[in-house]
Amino acid sequence: MAYKFDKNVRYAKTHEWVRMEGDIAIVGISDAAQDMLSDVVFVELPEIGEEMHAGDAVSVVESVKAAEDVNAPISGVVVEINQELVDTPEQVNDDPYVAWFFKVRPAANVQSELAGLMDADAYATFVEENAH
Amino acid sequence: MQRTLLYDNHLALGGRMVPFAGWELPVQYPTGPLVEHNAVRTAAGVFDIDHMGQFSLSGPDADRFLQFVQVYDIDQMQTWEAHYSLLCYEDGTIVDDIFLYRLPEGWMIAVNAGNRAKDLAWLQAHHHGFQISLTDISDETYMLAVQGHKAVEILQRMSDAPLQETPARTSLRAAVGGVEMLLGRTGYTGEDGFELYLPAQHAVRFWNDLLATGQADGLLPCGLAARDSLRFEACMPLYGHEIDAETNPFQARQGWTVSLDKPDFLGRSALLKAKLEENSKILVGFEMIDRAVAREHYPIAVEGQIIGHVTTGMKSPSLDKFIGLGYVPPTYQKLGTEIDILVRGAAKKARVVRRPFYKPRYKE
Repeated sequence: MAYKFDKNVRYAKTHEWVRMEGDIAIVGISDAAQDMLSDVVFVELPEIGEEMHAGDAVSVVESVKAAEDVNAPISGVVVEINQELVDTPEQVNDDPYVAWFFKVRPAANVQSELAGLMDADAYATFVEENAH
Repeated sequence: MQRTLLYDNHLALGGRMVPFAGWELPVQYPTGPLVEHNAVRTAAGVFDIDHMGQFSLSGPDADRFLQFVQVYDIDQMQTWEAHYSLLCYEDGTIVDDIFLYRLPEGWMIAVNAGNRAKDLAWLQAHHHGFQISLTDISDETYMLAVQGHKAVEILQRMSDAPLQETPARTSLRAAVGGVEMLLGRTGYTGEDGFELYLPAQHAVRFWNDLLATGQADGLLPCGLAARDSLRFEACMPLYGHEIDAETNPFQARQGWTVSLDKPDFLGRSALLKAKLEENSKILVGFEMIDRAVAREHYPIAVEGQIIGHVTTGMKSPSLDKFIGLGYVPPTYQKLGTEIDILVRGAAKKARVVRRPFYKPRYKE
């Protein structure tokens, strides 16, 4: 399966991606994740102002068959959520690296947290090794 | 884990294989559950349902035995007719839902994959006093479903037999695609179509021929996800969800299958009593008011008190709404009643609505 791996983001083992835009971190889920989910029908987003720690289940993405947690790839406070995903959740399938879920003002140790995530090549290998 | 003879075909088509009732089956193909669901609603889809079981029943007491072990009055059925029914325990709860086909030589009974061994044991345990021959013919019988408004015309192109003229819930034996088989104008999707029972050795060839024949009409192979969303919209029960060993037919709104007038049958006295008393729970359909997906096992609450649970729920592909089925005490069954579905601990508002959500075409 030829998944797309955006080179400008870092990846968590739970298949979320994060990209920095200035001081703000933008979070979504990978192409591999949306493919495994299949048709996304619903997205539950965190609240603005919500504080999260890396690894917390902060959002839910629902497909026809199941509900899956979306975990925070880094720590911080939610400053924006993507209302468009609420109305057209299928964007997650169509354009997973554009369909962002939420934006976070990261905690002070963001650089070390980002370093602990995978780049596109490492994540691609990870996905291949864990494919069933 | 068992595999059907079409396992490699599913893989070649890009099918995503998952475990279901002890079998590895495609939950979807690369098309995805929504496209596959819509194919059945607008054109046609084919399902590999070979995991299901089939029993052959014959002998001088076949009718009397069948009349005794299941709830429907089969004396009404002519040869070649097919009908839905239930096997019930003595306390009126449900062993399984089944489909009966009256054939010239006896009967064929189609059963759920997950209940095949249980059903066979149940039937065998009650054969005393009846001269019958009951055989599990599942292994040599391959089952496929071809469903959708174009299903019949696609199959007709592969056969000289009068498929178009075959009435709903009637079966026939015919050659389709050069394969002699039993087919019933029945299904689990709410659309027109046939369920096919063919000799297993011809399954692969027939599947390939069918896909080739139906391609121009938009026939798609469809997986378990689409099978579930289709039957759910038509409010057809799934064992382990809407019906189980803790539920009787009246609670599940399947009382129409039960013929209390017929002579004694398994579960009759309990069902007679249940019919006269108020149900302790009843199946309702609901539609979300708050935006959320209700799923099986989610609690149903009213004023903070849990009163029931969801049996099946999802975003309905054809209706584009968040809906579900669940059990509540009879006080909450009235249309329009507001209930809460607890989604990850949060109460999401819903209201009781009319069933079926999607009206099966053959009921018109």
